[in-house]
Amino acid sequence: MSAHRLETGGRLIDRTRRVRFTFDDAPLRGQAGDTLASALLAEGRMLQGRSFKYHRPRGPVTADSAEPNALMGLDTGARAEPNVRATSVQLSEGMVVHSQNRWPSLAFDVGRIADRLARVLPAGFYYKTFLWPRPFWKHVYEPLIRRAAGLGRAPEGVDPDRYEQLHAFADVVVAGGGVAGLAAAWAAAQGGARVIVLEETGHWGGRAVVDGLVIDGHPAEAWVTATVAALEGLANVTLRTNTSLTAVHDHGYVLADEWPQDAGAGIAAPRQRLWRIRAGRVIAANGAIERPLAFAGNDVPGVMLASAVRDYAVNYGVAVGRRVVVVTNNDDAYRTALALREAGVEVAAVVDARDTLPGPLAQQVRAHGIPIHDGSAIEAVQGDIGVTGVTLCRHSGNGACVSAQIACDAVAMSGGWSPAVHLWSHAGGKVVWDADGAMFRPDPAQGPTGHDGAVFVIPAGAAAGALWGPQALADAHAAGLRAAAETGHPGHTPAPVAEAPEERAILPVWTMPEGAGPRLKSRMFLDFQNDVKVTDVELAAREGFESVEHAKRYTTLGMATDQGKLSNINGLAVLAAARGAGIAETGTTTFRPPWTPLTLGAIAAEARGELFQAVRETPMHAWHAAHGARWEPVGQWRRPHAYVRPGETPAKAVNREVLNTRQTVGVLDASTLGKILVRGPDAGRFLDMLYTGTMSTLAVGRCRYGVMCTENGFVFDDGVVARIDATTWLCHTTTGGAEAVHGWMEDWLQCEWWDWKVHVIDLTEQLAQIAVAGPNARRVLQKLGGMDLSADALGHMRWAAGRLGDFDARVLRVSFSGELGFEVAVPASQGPALWDRLMAAGAEWGIMPYGTEALHVMRAEKGFIMVGDETDGTVTPGDLGLPTGAKKADFLGKRGLERSHLRDPERWRLVGLETLTGSVLPHGAYSVTGGYTDTYQRETDGRVTSSYYSPTLGRGIALGLVRRGPERMGEVLTFPVGAASQMKARIVDPVFFDPQGGRLDG
Amino acid sequence: MRMSHSALALVRGALTGHTGWPRTWDSPLPRDRYKVIVVGAGGHGLATAYYLGRNHGITDVAVLEKGWLGGGNTGRNTTIIRSNYLQDASSAIYEKSRALYEGLSQELNYNVMFSPRGVMMLAQTEHEVRGYLRTARANYLQGVETRFITPEEVQKRVPIIRLDGPRYPVLGALWQPRAGTARHDAVAWGYARACSAMGMHILENCEVTGVRSDAGRVSGVETTRGAIGCERLAIVVAGHSGRLAQMAGFRLPVESVTLQALVSEPVKPCMDVVVMANTVHGYLSQSDKGEMVIGGGADGFNNFTQRGSWHHIEETVRALVETFPMLSRLKMLRQWGGVVDMTGDRSPILSPTPLGGCYINCGWGTGGFKAIPGSGWAMAEMVANEAPGPLAAPFGLERFREGRFIDESVAAGVAH
Ligand SMILES: Cc1cc2nc3c(=O)[nH]c(=O)nc-3n(C[C@H](O)[C@H](O)[C@H](O)COP(=O)(O)OP(=O)(O)OC[C@H]3O[C@@H](n4cnc5c(N)ncnc54)[C@H](O)[C@@H]3O)c2cc1C
Repeated sequence: MSAHRLETGGRLIDRTRRVRFTFDDAPLRGQAGDTLASALLAEGRMLQGRSFKYHRPRGPVTADSAEPNALMGLDTGARAEPNVRATSVQLSEGMVVHSQNRWPSLAFDVGRIADRLARVLPAGFYYKTFLWPRPFWKHVYEPLIRRAAGLGRAPEGVDPDRYEQLHAFADVVVAGGGVAGLAAAWAAAQGGARVIVLEETGHWGGRAVVDGLVIDGHPAEAWVTATVAALEGLANVTLRTNTSLTAVHDHGYVLADEWPQDAGAGIAAPRQRLWRIRAGRVIAANGAIERPLAFAGNDVPGVMLASAVRDYAVNYGVAVGRRVVVVTNNDDAYRTALALREAGVEVAAVVDARDTLPGPLAQQVRAHGIPIHDGSAIEAVQGDIGVTGVTLCRHSGNGACVSAQIACDAVAMSGGWSPAVHLWSHAGGKVVWDADGAMFRPDPAQGPTGHDGAVFVIPAGAAAGALWGPQALADAHAAGLRAAAETGHPGHTPAPVAEAPEERAILPVWTMPEGAGPRLKSRMFLDFQNDVKVTDVELAAREGFESVEHAKRYTTLGMATDQGKLSNINGLAVLAAARGAGIAETGTTTFRPPWTPLTLGAIAAEARGELFQAVRETPMHAWHAAHGARWEPVGQWRRPHAYVRPGETPAKAVNREVLNTRQTVGVLDASTLGKILVRGPDAGRFLDMLYTGTMSTLAVGRCRYGVMCTENGFVFDDGVVARIDATTWLCHTTTGGAEAVHGWMEDWLQCEWWDWKVHVIDLTEQLAQIAVAGPNARRVLQKLGGMDLSADALGHMRWAAGRLGDFDARVLRVSFSGELGFEVAVPASQGPALWDRLMAAGAEWGIMPYGTEALHVMRAEKGFIMVGDETDGTVTPGDLGLPTGAKKADFLGKRGLERSHLRDPERWRLVGLETLTGSVLPHGAYSVTGGYTDTYQRETDGRVTSSYYSPTLGRGIALGLVRRGPERMGEVLTFPVGAASQMKARIVDPVFFDPQGGRLDG
Repeated sequence: MRMSHSALALVRGALTGHTGWPRTWDSPLPRDRYKVIVVGAGGHGLATAYYLGRNHGITDVAVLEKGWLGGGNTGRNTTIIRSNYLQDASSAIYEKSRALYEGLSQELNYNVMFSPRGVMMLAQTEHEVRGYLRTARANYLQGVETRFITPEEVQKRVPIIRLDGPRYPVLGALWQPRAGTARHDAVAWGYARACSAMGMHILENCEVTGVRSDAGRVSGVETTRGAIGCERLAIVVAGHSGRLAQMAGFRLPVESVTLQALVSEPVKPCMDVVVMANTVHGYLSQSDKGEMVIGGGADGFNNFTQRGSWHHIEETVRALVETFPMLSRLKMLRQWGGVVDMTGDRSPILSPTPLGGCYINCGWGTGGFKAIPGSGWAMAEMVANEAPGPLAAPFGLERFREGRFIDESVAAGVAH
């Protein structure tokens, strides 16, 4: 086994604590502090995953969150988590880990057949085939593709874990706890600014501690420890590890994703915490991302980023091989050679594409006797599921001439570094191509601007393009001071001074060797996870997919779970070359949030289950629940649909409730109806504008039915309005419409009629309201004693306030059932007591509660419309037979109603419908004329809006909208109700019961 | 030159290292003048051009695109294709479109991956149940195959759904078996390839900056690549319609808002149909790659940034985690937004304009991907005949003056 644990080293692991875990059921051991990937490597497991398209064997390429290959499934069942990056997850005791996207095993994967067929499956192959026979796409090809695709397995069942969200406010949020982030935070905090520092990993210091930077005369590690301690001592600074700044939204609204390390330790610990932070300034000190090099076989397990190779050695005491070749186009990778040497790992050679004179780092390497191959390239990597060697050639050639062969079991590659411009770009920051540095860097002239027009993201350190340590630190210090000053907390502190060896200029290398032909290019991978090769990008360009966005979409480059962190820049450089254009003019794709994939559960957080959306309950809810209520959600409310008794069907219950109310007396919990109080000197005028009727003339003590229209003239709510006093009206709305009506009123008052003196307040939840209806309704109420509710004292459509028994009540005499009816409103807290009193008082008359369905049946028997049934946003008051035409004064919807289509005599208008057999018409059925439309649809001329069995009448009744309906009384309409059947129904008056209204008086 | 696509061609391509594939569409220099200029190389613009050639023999056509072809909402949407609309006018054009999708891959010789896997719209309140029962009956008379299915059938087709969420139980669903999804980019590319093969010019990076007219009739456009003359002009620019209308001298009853979407990391297949939950505002499908594709309602304010507000994502994700609990442990991979053009009645505009020879196609809002072939068909008919045909006629601009709205919000809160 090539990869192994070194005898010494590993600053992040605890060699005294072993951690047990299983990988594909094999029991393995790591050390506390290991990542999953480092533990697997220490156990000699380089093969850690399979690629998406060709199922090629893959090992990790990184030691961080940019990892495209080492993706695994953690846990099983409801706790399963697919696609976990082994390189950034902490190993924990008892971890159950599975490899993914392979069958039957990681080592032997039948899916690899795709790799053998790779030549006929280039980028976008699926656009060109699977065309015939036509049904095959759905039934054969697509199911096959679907089975092969996907990565990990989805969890099953309800997530047992908890997620949390926290809100925070900061003057300065620093993303990244490397030396740049820490220096920036220190500088920013001096003037008292509230600073939050976020670090993605579990440790501070980032690359500098591995790379040997010296700061203020100390090794980076010591400086980091001291600086963190100093920051911890400041009350205005908050430090979080295991927390990544994942998204930057407009106006400094940022999201940070925390994986608390005490998760699972106690019931209280959430699995993940999502921070929602308002930041004055965001310092993006999130570093740079090393680029792979594109050479043939660069995806063989054991080929890794140079920085990752030294991370594994220094941080985890893991050697990725026993004999390593380093290949590079820049000086930084020489550090890997040195680190390996220091750890006692043999470095077979450094292959450098450049011909320039060696710099200080190279001289150190050479001093160790490590051979350096100048101007050279890897022609190809040998090996399939592991590296066995490399062949070298001249970088400037085409690779035809192999200059050397080196046996090795790992390759450390570096194509240079790309500033992580993601956070800069999320909210619209633009980048520029820096040809000298061979990188895109934030363009200070085009930053994301906040509410005040100022740029609110400040890149710092490597993320700003300052790749060389000393420069990065100076830049970060300045960024910190600037952020503090810009948020009104200027401060001073000396800049830390860092020392590092000089580095020679990078040589941009996009394919290796430079002049490689198709033989090599077809083995150079750009996007590892999605298996996008250099030849694929070239094919895209050849086929005219020249824009980066086209090439990305055609090849899927950059669309894998790493979102192109490793592949974007290399891919677009290859594209630019293929087009014969520059990289700058080719441009980048958009960097979109999130930085790393964000758990959906953390986005939903606590808004799950009972807390998903508020359930609104009336004060009498418990009573209903205890008495068989079958619930119906209406808006956010739960209303009793019917009170079903043991042994009863819901339909029977409804019939019983209707008959009981009609024959003696029933009670309904009407508390959910909207109750909006409108008050002020201009309230009357205001309501005249809102309702199609006139409310200003309503006398105190009286009630009036009102209809509201949208500006277009369509009905959107209705209800009874009561005039309370000279300047006060109480407007009842539908249950579902209360918030909308309230919002509508405020909208007009705040935006259009802001100078009108009117106040609006929603009292819906302040009042419990109980409807008592039926011939015995008055007797029941009078039994409570108190106010006079006789017909003389309280006529229909009047209201009175007073003592009703022990209650302070407002009693409205209104009826939606057609029976003698009262609605009694009391303070919400007294609702249950009143309900109990009414039930007790009504016992001798056989009082029963009735639900919404009985209410609907009764109102339909009376031909009363129901907003949402008879109306759907396209129905005018006129269609419903409601008068509006007479009103001279302006009101909302008046102009709309004047439009030609709304005055068309052919409009569908409200009628009653009765089947010839007494049966019940289906909800929503349409009547047909027998003709066809211009587009070959069957022509319709009416539809059923409400349809019920009427227990009162013993037959079906329906309301409907029918073309010129009221003019066609007696006509019989045909309603197709199935493939071969139809129903016939006669147009009748919509009032089926008690047309004279005699029952209103009991 | 065009090379026919087939499995055999791929094998042949492999022998030459795939060096023989030609450009998918040509990139010619603009001519001085075309008979028809289509502004906007989104799906609707390209389909308009395609059917102008295919159905009406008009191939002297240029499609002008300010950026890269298909880069507007055509390349940003969640690709739901259905035609279970309520109003006759809508279901006519959407069903025409859906029917064209059925054979589009073969017609274009380009696999657009139309996948009629079925779309399900959940009913989670009694009111919604009644609404979908009505829609099912309307669809039956319109010749659109839909039916209302029971909660048990919902569960059978979607094993990962939770019927009995504590908040809104699933009471049934409106099911359209031949609805589904397609690969959005491929639709644009396939049409572009076919247009190019007919000799039409597709001009990318060519932004229209002005409209020229002569005696009340369009005479050409000004662009970032120079002035180009034309006899007829079709404006098909979705979220930018207001600006183009302004150039052509009229105003539109359209506002632009951001609509967002997101995808999860890919997982092995776990849901084969498209599910829309309108009560809670979210919808979900699984792409062939394995990503869960998620969308919800549009943002509440007007904007052009293609970036939405985060709380909308939260609202959508909550709704879906509640409905599909297994989503909780999946991760959001990408989120994005598109600027959608919304009319007052949430139905599109396909119309002649006050400027002679100038026609507009816009207002598809949150749901126009599914309409691409049908809309192109109807638009081409209108441009070719200089008068709307039966599919387009109800969608004229005059409907706003007359109050003859085609209101689909009646049937569903969200219209994708
Ligand atoms: C997030 C999201 C999800 C969606 N989901 C669905 C769904 O599931 N199902 C569905 O059916 N629909 C959906 N839609 C809607 C659908 O995407 C659109 O209705 C449809 O793509 C519109 O196509 P189009 O061709 O009209 O517009 P676009 O594709 O936007 O094309 C317009 C083109 O015009 C170009 N243009 C603009 N101005 C100019 C100018 N001055 N000169 C030249 N060119 C110009 C633009 O660059 C653009 O390419 C969704 C939309 C979004 C944003």
